[in-house]
Amino acid sequence: MADTATHAQPSSADGQTRRDFLLYATSAVGAVGTGLALWPFVHSMNPAADTLALSTTDVDISAIQPGQAITVVWRGKPVFVRHRQPEEIAQAAKDDSAADLRDKATDASRAQKPEWLVLIGVCTHLGCVPLGQKPADPKGDFGGWFCPCHGSHYDTSGRIRKGPAPANLPVPDYKFTSDTTIRIG
Amino acid sequence: MSGFQTNNKVVSWLEQRLPIFSMMQHSAVEYPTPKNLNYWWNFGSLAGFVLVVMLLTGIFLVMNYSSHTSLAFDSVERIMRDVNYGWLIRYLHMNGASMFFILVYIHIFRNLYYGSYKSPREVLWWIGILIYLAMMATGFLGYVLPWGQMSFWGATVITNLFSAFPIVGDPIVTLLWGGFSVDNPTLNRFFSLHYLLPFVILGLVVLHVWALHTVKSNNPLGVEIQSPADAIPFHPYYTIKDLFGIGVFLMFFLGFVFWAPNFFGEPDNYIPANPMVTPAHIVPEWYYLPFYAILRAFTMDIWVISAKLQGVVAMFSAIIILFFLPWLDTSKVRSAKFRPLYKQFFWLFLINCLVLGYVGGKPAEGVLVTIGQICTAYYFAHFLIIMPLLGKIEKPKALPASISAPVLKEKA
Repeated sequence: MADTATHAQPSSADGQTRRDFLLYATSAVGAVGTGLALWPFVHSMNPAADTLALSTTDVDISAIQPGQAITVVWRGKPVFVRHRQPEEIAQAAKDDSAADLRDKATDASRAQKPEWLVLIGVCTHLGCVPLGQKPADPKGDFGGWFCPCHGSHYDTSGRIRKGPAPANLPVPDYKFTSDTTIRIG
Repeated sequence: MSGFQTNNKVVSWLEQRLPIFSMMQHSAVEYPTPKNLNYWWNFGSLAGFVLVVMLLTGIFLVMNYSSHTSLAFDSVERIMRDVNYGWLIRYLHMNGASMFFILVYIHIFRNLYYGSYKSPREVLWWIGILIYLAMMATGFLGYVLPWGQMSFWGATVITNLFSAFPIVGDPIVTLLWGGFSVDNPTLNRFFSLHYLLPFVILGLVVLHVWALHTVKSNNPLGVEIQSPADAIPFHPYYTIKDLFGIGVFLMFFLGFVFWAPNFFGEPDNYIPANPMVTPAHIVPEWYYLPFYAILRAFTMDIWVISAKLQGVVAMFSAIIILFFLPWLDTSKVRSAKFRPLYKQFFWLFLINCLVLGYVGGKPAEGVLVTIGQICTAYYFAHFLIIMPLLGKIEKPKALPASISAPVLKEKA
């Protein structure tokens, strides 16, 4: 290696560019390689296969009377299923043009069958579960749901009307598998 | 390094291969310390002491803790009831966290009062802020582990903060959770990180002390050490003073551990986590409350920027702004002793932080919302308007020629 030491610095511009190229190419491959090696660790923190597998929930809705609501678990989150009364549906449809709708959506676009409202029961502000499912719960100023954490009010279509939440309660993907059962997810 | 001498052959053999004895001699014995430090300078070493207490109690708690959602709550109750002295170790750890923050807050405000963050101590200050950030993360992660109602809902609210960011927000939250809600994968990773971060803090503390020993301690007068007459060796003068401080502090700390162990806690956290029911009033641990108040101070969407995003950005900015303080403060004088105007604004700022803390702990209703907004505005105004202007407007009092000068004058 003594030989290389004496000729260590080739002064020609050609040698410099070649060395520069080797340096950049090696660094680039190293950086990409490090990135690729990092990805499995990052992705290991994303939902695992068994978590993803629990992605549908079947709900029997035959026993829910008008005016009643149930809460079911889907993907670890509460889902509200409310059997709406005619006046609630009428109020929701009337409010389609209300000025205080922050996240505009018609009631018809939020319920496949007007009498059944299916919503993810997680406040869009910071993830609390709004009150309004039980008869004794406060339902907020608009007769829907009220989030006790930071005071968001949702109407009878689950739309945000007042308070800090930026969006309506989301409607999950669901379909009626029969007249009395729905599959969420 | 000159001070280290030994006749011990073993010590001398090791010293030649790893100069650890001379390093200790240099940094813990000879280290020249200003001779006029008051008791506010005890809080750094006290915080270091609590870090050791937290590491030790934490290691022993882990021996009996289970990080699974179905076992975590009960395993903590088992520590409290069945494990020998488990109650003591857990209460030391639980109250130790609050103590750590009390000490560090006093340490930070001492720093602000005496202008310790100014040149040449900017990097020392930065490392301190990084330690504070790591402490906040560690405290949050640890609070989730007992898997009570506040653990669960605190984790839900805080991780949801990241959903405020457009586009990347929701994937980030899913990544943090490892699922579609706070659940077992979340608890496991929080446990892993809660064990990791204290050692990161330990590493940062080593850097903090290294930077400190490079630029030397500030002091109540805010003038640098100019001659050997201004300094005294760290040992025995400050080792004994720090030990005395630890004695006084232990009375305070153990007072809570033995007589009011749940003073800093929330009763709701003794209810097992229930993803279907949110507690009526969610509050974070007391040490986050001022920032929680800043988060909630934003209630109006501005153009496409939601109130939620504004709050999140403001909350993070409230800490990031501290990194710029050495340049936002335009005054050349360090100590508030010689800054008649800054002295008053310092106390106003402190009161403002306390009010923010109070507002953060109450439900966001009525007049408290407005107070929170005014205090948030003042918090940022203090750094962005008051600090730059004060340096220009204020006429500081005359600085003493050296640390020794005022004492010598009194004697004469």
